Amino acid sequence: MPEGKLCNRQPVTTLEQLQALLADKGGKQYYEEMNRLEVDDKALWDLVQRTCKSRIRTWLEICTHCGLCAESCFYYLANHKDPTQVPAYKIQSTLGEIIRRKGRVDNAFMQHTMDTVFAKCTCCNRCAIYCPLGIDTGVMASYTRGLLFSQGFTPWEMKIGSGMHRVFRAQMDVTTEDWVDTCQWMAEETAEEWPGLEIPIDKENADILYTVNAREPKHYPEDIAQAAILFHVAGENWTVPSEGWEETSLAMFAGDWEGCRQQVQSVYDAMARLKPKRMVVTECGHAYRATVIEGPYWAGLPTGKTPVETLHYVEWVAEALRTGKLKIDPKKKIKEPVTYQDSCNYIRNGGLAEAARYIMSQIAEDFREMGPSREHNFCCGGGGGLNGIGRYREQRNVGLKVKRDQILATGAKLVVAPCHNCWDAIRDLEEIYRIGIRWSFLKPLLINMIEVPEHLRPAEE
Amino acid sequence: MYEFVTGPLAWLAFAVFFLGNFVRLVRYVRGLDWKLDRVAYGAHAAHGARGALRSILFWLIPFGTHSWRNNPGFTLLVFTLHVGLIFTPLFLLAHNILLEERWGFRLGSMPGWLADTLTIAVLVSAALLVLRRIALPEVRLITSAYDYALIGVAAAPFLSGLIARYAYAQSEFWLIVHVLCGELFLVAIPLTKLSHFVLFFATRAQIGMDFGIKRGGMKSRGLQW
Repeated sequence: MPEGKLCNRQPVTTLEQLQALLADKGGKQYYEEMNRLEVDDKALWDLVQRTCKSRIRTWLEICTHCGLCAESCFYYLANHKDPTQVPAYKIQSTLGEIIRRKGRVDNAFMQHTMDTVFAKCTCCNRCAIYCPLGIDTGVMASYTRGLLFSQGFTPWEMKIGSGMHRVFRAQMDVTTEDWVDTCQWMAEETAEEWPGLEIPIDKENADILYTVNAREPKHYPEDIAQAAILFHVAGENWTVPSEGWEETSLAMFAGDWEGCRQQVQSVYDAMARLKPKRMVVTECGHAYRATVIEGPYWAGLPTGKTPVETLHYVEWVAEALRTGKLKIDPKKKIKEPVTYQDSCNYIRNGGLAEAARYIMSQIAEDFREMGPSREHNFCCGGGGGLNGIGRYREQRNVGLKVKRDQILATGAKLVVAPCHNCWDAIRDLEEIYRIGIRWSFLKPLLINMIEVPEHLRPAEE
Repeated sequence: MYEFVTGPLAWLAFAVFFLGNFVRLVRYVRGLDWKLDRVAYGAHAAHGARGALRSILFWLIPFGTHSWRNNPGFTLLVFTLHVGLIFTPLFLLAHNILLEERWGFRLGSMPGWLADTLTIAVLVSAALLVLRRIALPEVRLITSAYDYALIGVAAAPFLSGLIARYAYAQSEFWLIVHVLCGELFLVAIPLTKLSHFVLFFATRAQIGMDFGIKRGGMKSRGLQW
């Protein structure tokens, strides 16, 4: 069988295809079909020749096999220093082989490659800053995911995720109507407690265009309400777009580059339509990476920048605290030891370590850095889509041990994690390893400690 | 024979070395693609240059980066090896005498004891790096015969040089072996992964620009390597 009904080389583009995939619980049929999926080696080699240029080819060629990348990789550390977890080995034995064999690889090899670049690498890019030659194995693993995707070798959840973006322009089945309804519902509900609070939809020329992670309207609508409260208290002139509100990209984890382009284009279109001064992205790491750091390139913008200036949520909070738009009540600062999870996507790959430090200096009395921290911090263990892939749950759980030990070493029981994937991974590590910690986004913490100006105070009962 | 290996063959080796490295660099730069690499190299040249320079400089300083500091023994060996590999042949008295004789210019020379020390340092550090490759499982697994062969190619001119200078000082045979080893090394640099002689600067500059332009360089003081 060259291609399966569910597992094939075509990306999902219709609701029917999505529903068929979703009906296949756990991807049972999907993975059975994958076992019989043929590799179109000619197309694979053609794609490599068109897209693998001097940067990656040179990395693969001049790697001196010194092994310094080993200890930079949390998977290597979490797996008792298993040599097969050394980044150089992982990429040389997969992408390196595909190139050496000029694309002539078989089904078993493609599945081995998929298992490697998904379950042994979260594309956290930490190895890149430990390699004397600047070789970024994370970039290569991500590139390899793209090759795999083109051949239909992608985990079931990633196929669904990329399809969601292509069909709904969101990582989940949240329609424009669902999103607008959720915003209106949250605005009404929150305005009862916060008179005058609004969630303006499609307001033109606002100072801030606020965009989110689809999980928020789908599962955590209170997050949108909290964002609204903080913008309200800060006196911001803000809005959300009815379309182009989704920042995340499971398509990026899947390596579906056309899906990535379509997704970010919807956000850039919202910018063009509403002409905001700036955009603020919710507390999500990969969303920022996708739409702000990588997105302009997928959309073909030669400046490498989003059409309007964009801030991650931590940048907006740091700015609001610096300018006094938000004031912290000193009595309500966090008293207990607290640590901060530096997201790979907006700290190591986004340069926002200082903004996070400033926030912690303002809200916590006993802030404790993880070791290592800032750009050198380890991935939470759930990056690169790992949180959501059933096939690799076991490997993900082993990987969480490094973060567990980092948190334990700080002595803090509260972890501030302004990133959805980090937040999930830390929740899961607590569920598995029971170390007695709590974790939180910034919004709920801030709401409990900001000073609210008299005229905005909730109505007395 | 001696005239041939230090004459036409030397010309050929140097030609391959200089031309080859130049071609490697040009091909690397020409192969960079802002869309495929997803780095706007041209649009933010100043940030790119800053990122590239920081990325090269910190890594050229012994213990200048987290990675070097985390591995002090390895760092010492790597720097010793490379300093010896580059400076000994450039400033060896005998090489400069020959250079002046054949091509009419010289670079200045180091005292014999220093050249000997550096040569021995190259051989010792190369040997220890080979032992490290064998001893550490994470390095052993990724090391191939090719890696060992290249260490051999790099060390051979130094070993044969010592032999030609001390063990068989009057032997033209060992002198020719030494010259041939040196020429093999020169030719191998652009043609093998020893091309990191020049491509180190290229790949370091690229990743420096990547972080300097796209990945946070415009929103921070720069990555702490």
